[in-house]
Amino acid sequence: MRVEVPISVTSSPQMYDESSTRNIMWSVFFCLLPAAFWGVFIFGLSALGVLLAALASAALFEFLFARLAGQDCPLWDGSACVTGLLVGMTLPPSVPLYVPVFASLFAIGVVKWTFGGLGRNWMHPALGGWLFVYFSWPRAMTTWTFPRFLPSPDAVSSATPLGLLKTGIVEETVLPPSPLEYLASLGYPESSVDAVLSPWLNASILEPLGISLPSGYVDLFLGIMPGSIGEVSAFLLLASTVFLLARKILSPAIPAAYFGVFGFFVWVFGGLQYGGEYFTGDVLFHIFTGGLLLGVFYMAADIVASPVTLRGQLIFGSGAGFLTFLIRFYGASPEGAGLAILAMNVFTPLINRLTPPVRFGAPVRGRGRTHE
Amino acid sequence: MNILRTFPRGGLRPREMKSRSLGRPLRNAFLPSLSIVPLLQHRGSAAECLVRPRESVREGMLIGRAVGNDGSNVHSPVPGVVKSLGTITLPWGESSPAVFIELGGEFDCIGKPAQVYAWEEFRKDKLLALLAEKGLVGLGSGIPTERKLALSPGKRVKTLIINGMECEPYLCSDTRLLIEKTAEIMEGVHIAAKIVEPLRRIVAVPSDKKEALAAVKEHLRESCANIELMPLLPKYPLGDERQLVRAVTGEETVSGESVLDVGAVVLNVGTVFALYEAVVLQKPLIERSITIAGKAIGRQENLKVRIGTPLADLVEECGGFTQMPEKIVMGGPMMGWSIADLSCPVTKTTSGALFLTSREIRSSRRTNCLNCGRCIRSCPVGLNPVGLYKKVEHAAYAEACSEGILDCNECGCCAYACPARIPLVKEIRDGKLALASAAALDRGEGV
Repeated sequence: MRVEVPISVTSSPQMYDESSTRNIMWSVFFCLLPAAFWGVFIFGLSALGVLLAALASAALFEFLFARLAGQDCPLWDGSACVTGLLVGMTLPPSVPLYVPVFASLFAIGVVKWTFGGLGRNWMHPALGGWLFVYFSWPRAMTTWTFPRFLPSPDAVSSATPLGLLKTGIVEETVLPPSPLEYLASLGYPESSVDAVLSPWLNASILEPLGISLPSGYVDLFLGIMPGSIGEVSAFLLLASTVFLLARKILSPAIPAAYFGVFGFFVWVFGGLQYGGEYFTGDVLFHIFTGGLLLGVFYMAADIVASPVTLRGQLIFGSGAGFLTFLIRFYGASPEGAGLAILAMNVFTPLINRLTPPVRFGAPVRGRGRTHE
Repeated sequence: MNILRTFPRGGLRPREMKSRSLGRPLRNAFLPSLSIVPLLQHRGSAAECLVRPRESVREGMLIGRAVGNDGSNVHSPVPGVVKSLGTITLPWGESSPAVFIELGGEFDCIGKPAQVYAWEEFRKDKLLALLAEKGLVGLGSGIPTERKLALSPGKRVKTLIINGMECEPYLCSDTRLLIEKTAEIMEGVHIAAKIVEPLRRIVAVPSDKKEALAAVKEHLRESCANIELMPLLPKYPLGDERQLVRAVTGEETVSGESVLDVGAVVLNVGTVFALYEAVVLQKPLIERSITIAGKAIGRQENLKVRIGTPLADLVEECGGFTQMPEKIVMGGPMMGWSIADLSCPVTKTTSGALFLTSREIRSSRRTNCLNCGRCIRSCPVGLNPVGLYKKVEHAAYAEACSEGILDCNECGCCAYACPARIPLVKEIRDGKLALASAAALDRGEGV
């Protein structure tokens, strides 16, 4: 008796993991959306324009380049939409609309399709696009919008917290002991949300534990600060990352190594700039600012251009963390995460070569096999 | 706290899918009106047919005699008349001569009290001869058990491991056997131990199969037998011989060696039960327990099935299809074979028959490799599956060989984990076949 339906006969295995290229990409896309919407909410409709321009042009270029490469329309797999959204999220909210279009063109056309499309790129496409426009239109790329809830003083009208720190450190000699106190001394404002939430947090939760949170962190955590559209909301980025980790779409090795190494160096050396001592760096401030969370979870941990073995991923994450620290504290750019990740992308093939998987039955150091 | 052992590298936890069939006790399936008995059910060469059409056969009668030193006996699973002789295609694509037997006549075993033989008096070579005579093969591997247990001189066995892992999703007939036939299986362990004389006898059971663990523990407590029960942290493919030995003893076999080289012999639960029946009841291997599962079948069941029962009979017995299956799988979903022909019979190595819907399979469109490395991180052997895939695709077989393609045991972790749905196992298998036929050409054997 033959079964009268088109039954599939395939090689083993006969079933597969829940993750497919398509649902990985769309999961990442939907996990990015809350942080993107937050950017639109606090920076206004110009941010929405930037996001839409980036998304639409990424989709269009994907379609065109796939045609050029003689492939079917690959938009269903969602990877172009992830790239487009990420490109938009890394840009300041008020850039002219040709900037996201060129960023998407570089990301999709040069970084992705020149090397053969999905999975073939050796650096993160959105970061590549960001880097291209960052050096092409430096002025537009460093003009920031002040967010909703934050009164805008003229003195600091166009800088992110990290940007202010960088110029301050270059120009001044004597600084207040911590980044937030320094910002306050410049007249960097504090939102009414922070003014309400910080005392409440301290009184109801932290004081019984013997901790006191200075004001300003709530703004940084929620994302009430000037910055790129998608990078500001630490809270929403962390929340969606929990989902990706739970679904095992994101492997925790790279973020863990990244935060570990970056946090360690910031903690040890971060206080020195302010004339402080070793082991006084403000780790929390540096994790919440400068697009670090967006960079770590959605760019460093991006599966395509990062190493494949666990050891390789730990090396990659550590390297990116260390480079971010170097660039942020001793380099010209205030943020550092994007450049550090791109630099590590370059090393990915080398790391892969140096950390091959260990074969079953291979002799283990210190535990030789004895043959009787 | 006692840390559960498992193997260290790779592996994964596929969707287990056992909840619906695990609680269902084993029961006897109906006898098939037409049995299709292949004469090649083991690794080796096909048995020599001893019957002719229209000849009547009795239950358990020898119908195929082992040929050469890699053969295995085949017995008639049912009483009846040989309808015809023919050739069928086995699920893995090999063709085999087969005997078609129409049910009829008198039953010799069913309904009669079985005679129990005192195996303690048998010598080692008598036991081995009995296993060969009764056509016993590994119910997973298909390796004739007598050949596995007949140690070449100089080999010593440190550990005899009874494999109760049953790590493939869906399948639970071994776990049911452990629960329901505990005493018989433990007696089987002692018989095997008499043959290989190990220092330790270990029964390995996954730590989450509480009922089976409790049954074995209870039996061991009462009988004070010299058997250790070892719960292991479940992970696929822990039922693989090498990985199991690694988990239990900590020793890894070197490429090209067998587990016997590190002093281990592994038998799975179903094989030990068959061994008990072959020795104590002197019953040939004519039935085995299998799991019928999948969302497309009416009732998921654990059945004791006669060898040679066509799948169509089992489908009917389990309530037919509730919906059309997307795939029909012989064996487990990770290493089993999908087939399109319901006349395919249950053989000695069939551990289950699965009727899977497309929702259970989660197939998806093939895309480019994403370089995500899931295949590499999931490989228990420490290979680079996608690297091997590319080598085979470009016919760079020698390079694939030096990167260990022959160590792949096709467990399926890589292709299961691959989000791009690249047929890694298929390509690696093709590469191995190409290497094997090249080696055969070198020896001047032709293909």
